[in-house]
Amino acid sequence: MNKEQKIDIAKILISAALYAVGFATGNFWFFIGAYLVAGYKTIFEAVIGIIHLELLDENFLMTIASLGALYCGQYPEAVAVMLFYQVGEFFEDYAVNNSRKSIAGLMDIKAEFANRLADGKEERVDPEELKLGDVILVRPGEKIPVDGVIINGSSSLDTAALTGESMPRDVTEGAEVISGTINLTGLLQVRVTKVYEDSTVAKVLDLVENASSKKASVEKFITKFAHYYTPMVVGCAVALAVIPTIVFGWSAFDEWLYRAMIFLVISCPCALVISVPLSLFAGVGSASRQGILVKGSNYLEALAKVDTFAFDKTGTLTTGRFAVTKISPAGGISEAELLEMTAVCEAKSNHPIAASIAACWKERSDNTEASEGPVTDYHELAGKGISCLYNGRKIYFGNAALMRDIGADFVEATDMGSIVYVADENNYLGYIAVADQIRDNCADTLAELKKLGVKREIMLTGDRLEIAEAVGKAIGVTDIMSELLPGQKVDALETAIAAEGEKNRLVFVGDGINDAPVLARADVGIAMGAFGSDAAVEAADVVIMTDDISRLTAVMKIARKTMKICRQNVVFALVIKFAILGLGAFGLATMWEAVFADVGVAVLCILNSMRALKL
Amino acid sequence: MKKSYKLENLDCANCAAKMERAIGKIDGVNECSISFMTQKINIDAEDEKFDDVMVAAQKAITKVDRGCKIIK
Repeated sequence: MNKEQKIDIAKILISAALYAVGFATGNFWFFIGAYLVAGYKTIFEAVIGIIHLELLDENFLMTIASLGALYCGQYPEAVAVMLFYQVGEFFEDYAVNNSRKSIAGLMDIKAEFANRLADGKEERVDPEELKLGDVILVRPGEKIPVDGVIINGSSSLDTAALTGESMPRDVTEGAEVISGTINLTGLLQVRVTKVYEDSTVAKVLDLVENASSKKASVEKFITKFAHYYTPMVVGCAVALAVIPTIVFGWSAFDEWLYRAMIFLVISCPCALVISVPLSLFAGVGSASRQGILVKGSNYLEALAKVDTFAFDKTGTLTTGRFAVTKISPAGGISEAELLEMTAVCEAKSNHPIAASIAACWKERSDNTEASEGPVTDYHELAGKGISCLYNGRKIYFGNAALMRDIGADFVEATDMGSIVYVADENNYLGYIAVADQIRDNCADTLAELKKLGVKREIMLTGDRLEIAEAVGKAIGVTDIMSELLPGQKVDALETAIAAEGEKNRLVFVGDGINDAPVLARADVGIAMGAFGSDAAVEAADVVIMTDDISRLTAVMKIARKTMKICRQNVVFALVIKFAILGLGAFGLATMWEAVFADVGVAVLCILNSMRALKL
Repeated sequence: MKKSYKLENLDCANCAAKMERAIGKIDGVNECSISFMTQKINIDAEDEKFDDVMVAAQKAITKVDRGCKIIK
C-alpha cells in the first residue's frame, strides 16, 4: 500500500468510527464530522467541477446526492453515501494497482544492467547502451540483457518468464541466447547479436504493454454505454425532483427529492467501466504467464468465438524436422547394418533425408565418425536415388522407381513419409522410412479443441495429398487442403472464412515464418514456436513462445473464461442498477440499496474480474 | 504519426473514457486510445499538427482530472 492509500484508509476508519458513535449517541454532530472526514476532498473536487461546468463529474454527483439526503433529514444515509463512495474508490484503486503489479511482475523480464567486457575489464552498463559485437558477461542468477551468441561457457537457462516452460534449457558455446531468460548455473560470455530495441525482451514488453490499446468490442460498448448512461440517469433524477413537485405541489418535494438522490447515487457506471478492462487485462496477463502473448484484448474476444481452426501442417502439426521412423531390413542383414550402410553411403548427398538418416545413425551407434573410406564410385541418379560401391559391393539407394529399374524383388512400403529402398545387384536389402514427426500431444489437443466447441479443423499444406492424409489420419483431421502453393493458402483460408457463420471466427495456426499473409488474413493468427523468432512475433495476433501445441487449448480456455467473466459483470451490474433505479423511482428503494447498487456492485464486479488473473 | 505516452495519476476508468472521447474530437487527431489498466495513451495525429494536438490533449485531460498528466 502506498502513502496515499494509507491516508485514505485512515480517513475511512476515522469516518466510520465517528459514524458509529453518531449512531450510538444519536448526536447530529458526529454524523457531520464523519461526513466531512470522508468527503471533504470529494466536495472540494465537486466545487472545482462546478467552476469548470463539469456537472456530470462523479464527485459533483455524489456531493449533490449526499447533500440532498442531508436536506431530507436522512443523516445516516447521507454519511453512508459519502463513506461508502470512499470505500468503493479505495477498493477500486487497490484492486487495479494490485493487478497492474501482478502483471508487471509477470513481465519482469528486462535485465537491470549488463556487464560489458572491454579491454579485459568489466563494466556495468545499461542494456540499452550495448552495441552489436560487444562482449558481455552473464553470471548465474542474472538475466540475459540482450540477444546474443555464447562465445565461452555453458549453462542452463530458465526460460519460464518467456515461455511458461519450467524445464531449463541447456546451452553451450555457439548457442544463441535469448534476452529475458535467466542464467542458472554457469558463467557465460556472450557476444551481442542484437541491440536492446531489437532483442526479444524489448519486443515482448512492447507487445504486452500495447495489448490493451486494441480494445475488445465489449470494452467499446461499455465506454459508449457509460457516455449515455450518466446523463440519462441524471436527467431522470432532475425530472423526478421537478415534475412531481410541479404536479403535486411543494409538499411532495422532499419525498421526490429523496428518490432523485437515489438516482444520482447510482449514476456512476464505475462497476462496468472498471471491471471489463480489468478482466481483459487480467486474461491477457494470465496468458502471458503461460508463454502465450495476446496482442490485444480484441483477439481474446475473437478467440472466445472461434469455431474453426485451420492449421499449417509442416512446422505446426508436425515438427518440420525429418526423422527415421522405421528401419525394415529384408533377410540376411540386421537393422544396424542397414542403417550404417545407408548413412555412410548417403553421407555425400545433401538431401535432407540423407541428413536425417545420418543423424539417426549417429544417435544409435557409438561410431559417430562417418568414414567415407569404403564408399567409392558414387553416382546420383536424378529423381531416383544414388548408387555407389560400399566395401567394393555395388549398392542402390532410392525410391520405388529405382528398385523397379534394377529389377529388385521388393514390396512397396505403406509407411508415412519418404521411403529409401536399399538393394544390391542381386538382393533387395530392405528400406528406411523417413518422415516429418507429428508433434507430441497433437491428436489430444485437436480432440480437446473439439470438446471446447470447435466445429471444424482444417489442415492447409503445400505437401502432397497422401502425406497430408497420413498425418491427418494420425491426428484425426479429415478436412484437408493439400498441394497448395504459398499464394493459394490465403485463397483456401478465404473459402473457409466464407463458409463459417457471421458470428464465428476462424483461427489460423502457423509457425509464423513463411505464412505471414495467411496469419494476417485469419480472424486470429496464432504463431507457434516463436521463441527467438522475430518474424513470427510480428506477423501473428497471438504468439505461443514454445512449440507445445497443447497451449492452444490453454489460450482458448483463457479466452472463454475471460469473456464469460466480462459478460457476468455486465449483466450483473446492469440488472442490479436498473432494478434499483426502477424501485427507487417508485419509492420502493432506500439510499442503502442505492449505495449497494453503486459501491457493492463495483466491488463484486472487481472481485469477479480478478479471477481472470488466475486462469 | 503514432505515439504512445505514459499517463500519471490516471485514477478513474470512466475519466479515461471521457478523455479518450474528448481527445478523439481534437482537430488533427485520427485516433486516440487510452488504456486505464496500463495508464497509457496511444495517439495517432497528423504530423504537422502533432505539437498542437498534444497541447490540446493535455488541456482536455486536465479538464476531466486535474492531477492527470501526459509524461513526455
